Amino acid sequence: MAAVEARDVSVTYEGVDRRVHALGGLTLELADGEPIAIIGPSGCGKSTLLLAIAGLLRADEGSIAVGGEPVTGPRLRTALILQDFGLLPWKTALRNAALGLEVRRVPPAERRQRAAEALSRVGLAEFATAYPAELSGGMRQRLALARAIALEADLLLMDEPLSALDALTREDLQGLLLELWRSRGHTQALVTHSIEEAVFLGRRIVVLTPRPGRVSAVVENPGMGSEGYRDTEAFYERCATLRRLLAAEGAFAEVPR
Amino acid sequence: MSGSLGRRALGYLAALAILLAAWELAALAIASPALPPPTSALADFARLLVPALLPNLLVSAYRVLAAVAIASAVAVPLGLVLGRTPRADAVFAPAVFLLYPVPWVVLLPVFLVLLGIGDAPKIALITVIVFFQLLVTSRDAAKAIPPSSVLSVRSLGATRAQVFRHVVVPAALPDIFTALRIASGTAIAVLFLSETVAGTSGLGWYIVDAWGRVAYGDMFAGIIALALLGVAFYELLEAAELWLTPWTRVGR
Ligand SMILES: Nc1ncnc2c1ncn2[C@@H]1O[C@H](COP(=O)(O)OP(=O)(O)OP(=O)(O)O)[C@@H](O)[C@H]1O
Ligand SMILES: [Mg+2]
Repeated sequence: MAAVEARDVSVTYEGVDRRVHALGGLTLELADGEPIAIIGPSGCGKSTLLLAIAGLLRADEGSIAVGGEPVTGPRLRTALILQDFGLLPWKTALRNAALGLEVRRVPPAERRQRAAEALSRVGLAEFATAYPAELSGGMRQRLALARAIALEADLLLMDEPLSALDALTREDLQGLLLELWRSRGHTQALVTHSIEEAVFLGRRIVVLTPRPGRVSAVVENPGMGSEGYRDTEAFYERCATLRRLLAAEGAFAEVPR
Repeated sequence: MSGSLGRRALGYLAALAILLAAWELAALAIASPALPPPTSALADFARLLVPALLPNLLVSAYRVLAAVAIASAVAVPLGLVLGRTPRADAVFAPAVFLLYPVPWVVLLPVFLVLLGIGDAPKIALITVIVFFQLLVTSRDAAKAIPPSSVLSVRSLGATRAQVFRHVVVPAALPDIFTALRIASGTAIAVLFLSETVAGTSGLGWYIVDAWGRVAYGDMFAGIIALALLGVAFYELLEAAELWLTPWTRVGR
């Protein structure tokens, strides 16, 4: 069970000579097993929100609970994938995939086996002994996903995971993300700057206001996950709706296309 | 791997050949007993190796290795912790940066008075000098680690010790090895100096003693032995780095 409940969450960063009010009373709920996409102007606090849900950052006000438990620190089955994937260059693919299990003191034989399974799940079985520097950008992203799968994560938080990839690889990985979610049924929050990606991967799309971030609108997207959704009329319509909402937030300058 | 090893050996041989040729020419040009030609110097080296050079070589090697081991064992963990602990760093970093540029070699007479003329003052002096070089490097390396590497491991629930083990130590290792290789040259130079000033053992003593006896052949054999110690130490570090940081040689 990994429903997420964020209530009136405020986060202020104390900088050297300024305070930045990143989140200003944001309320957001994710049902167990629900995939959402989060989109909003640059600097509105999207990364901050994910860090807070992952337990890496304490909210100044408000509360966050995952699976009914208040978040006070990193949670065992929450996986966070950052834009640069968070891979360790000094570990092979297999050991990177097994890192979460190693940190949690799973015995070596078991973690090797689970990591190997996760690697084959994302199509990297042959690259178990490769270092990240030997992998392409798309393969590194797959490896980061393998780490989350090996952990048996029930909550997957992703911060612009595909933004560094070229268009083809990105579409390929969007397909993989969808397939993984369909087969595993985990709760998923994807931060993205791409309207199409948000519509392709979010059952609901949450639009945030400029800083300090709050929820400005929620677009229901029930067709998400259906066969061939990308080529349907409904898909284009959702994209257009989203584009209008973002323009109203003054976010257009930051949103590609 | 074996191919690169072969190329390495070949490179060494070529460098050696050039060195010997230059030496021969220099010896011809200077024509002084203080710079014997390579043929006679190497013959002396071979003759003296077992009876005279080896015992002193072992003493010198012991002093350098012990000093570098002690300095690394203290400076590296301390530097890494300082680099990752802003509060401690704010207190200690100014002290470190004040002390680092001090020419510690001037402490030699103090160490000699305090520690006698055996191994202890030599090891102490080399340790102090290498210590600061390693401390500054490991602190800077730990400080420069990208926050996202730490964050991703922390998000997995890693404790502080696990962050050190999985992120901080491996991330800093290549820099630490670079510092060690640079320090190895300094260490041998300080060793030479300290051995020439006091005591009756070690290659530094042997070289200066031979000089005093006007035995230039012996002196040069000692110089060759000390040079070889430097090369061996450097190669040892190179091999250790190759073994401990395999990821630095991929993807380039
Ligand atoms: N560690 C930090 N210290 C101080 N200020 C920060 C820190 N991290 C973020 N901020 C500030 O908080 C605000 C929100 O940052 P955040 O990274 O959450 O935005 P974002 O929505 O993810 O932006 P982007 O879309 O560009 O990634 C920004 O104005 C940023 O300057
Ligand atoms: Mg961000």
